[in-house]
Amino acid sequence: MRVLAIPGSLRNDSYNAKLLYNAARLFPEHTVLDLWGGLKDVPPYDEDDDGVNAPAAVTELREAIAAADAVLIATPEYNHSIPGQLKNAFDWISRPIATNPMRNKPVAVIGASTGAFGGVWSQAELRKVMGALGARVLDVELALPHAHDHFDEQGSLADAGYLAQLHEVVNEIVAAVARRAEVTERVAV
Amino acid sequence: MSTTALIVPTGTWQLDPVHSSVGFEVAYLSGTFKGQFREFDGSLVVDGDRATLEGSAKVASVDVKDENLSAHLQSPDFFDAEQHPVIRFAATDISLEGEDVSVDGELTIKGVTQPAIVTGTVSAPVTDPYGRERIGLRLTTTLDRTAFGVSWNTPLPTGEQALANDVSVVTELYFVKAA
Repeated sequence: MRVLAIPGSLRNDSYNAKLLYNAARLFPEHTVLDLWGGLKDVPPYDEDDDGVNAPAAVTELREAIAAADAVLIATPEYNHSIPGQLKNAFDWISRPIATNPMRNKPVAVIGASTGAFGGVWSQAELRKVMGALGARVLDVELALPHAHDHFDEQGSLADAGYLAQLHEVVNEIVAAVARRAEVTERVAV
Repeated sequence: MSTTALIVPTGTWQLDPVHSSVGFEVAYLSGTFKGQFREFDGSLVVDGDRATLEGSAKVASVDVKDENLSAHLQSPDFFDAEQHPVIRFAATDISLEGEDVSVDGELTIKGVTQPAIVTGTVSAPVTDPYGRERIGLRLTTTLDRTAFGVSWNTPLPTGEQALANDVSVVTELYFVKAA
């Protein structure tokens, strides 16, 4: 199984990247988890620049999504909503909408923020965007509030309750990939 | 099949998909949006006063005027064609009263089975130019799409939802009696 993990924050030492590193440890053996760090290289969406000569970072992300069995996004919240760079990247990915690589792809949205609510609005809006792309949005949540208090010096998530939630997210991703594989096998027969 | 005036002769009746249609109508924004399924099948078996009616439609064949809308309808937001490729209906009881038909059955959409009452009319049998006996069924029902997990919506600036929950299913079914 191959999972593409995307942090919605660009800064070094991102809490959302740390959340994804912690998730990586919870996946079953033999899972390949690719952490995609190209968000900063994606230019503003412009239909004129799309097509065969699409920007390299966009092509890279499209291919990475297509190659993945599932996508896990950890997003911060900027002004009660999705960070611009993350939304912008998926505006590229969404075109053309009928054949975009997120269609039917299991996707889980989690997030961390330094605020008191863990970025719940950002995550809710991102789930809506994923639905518009035709993704299989998993019914799981993890909103980590006061993120600056929850990681130790090695970046490990210490709180057992949030770790358990993260494990549930991982388990649901694994289950969703298995369900898709069953359908694919049924169709092949 | 309970009847007061049986007008459907005993036999197996196969659906003529070319002349039949399976459509849906739902209030959306300022009007009524209509779509249909291009691929479907059905059969009607009449044996004296007993009858069975079954039908299915392929979700991937949903036919609307924009490929992006078609893609959205097939996605998990709506029918989830990948996980649930077929919509099915199976009658459990059929009543005839003159030309009026009432069918109790079970409808399965997106993996959820709910009871459904389908009503309409049946035409008297006619013999087509090729010597085949035909009947026509026009059947409709209204269902709450959210009961099947087809729950997508988006709010309008007024706070109301853009898409209604109640969906009318309108079918025109041409049946040809098997030889």
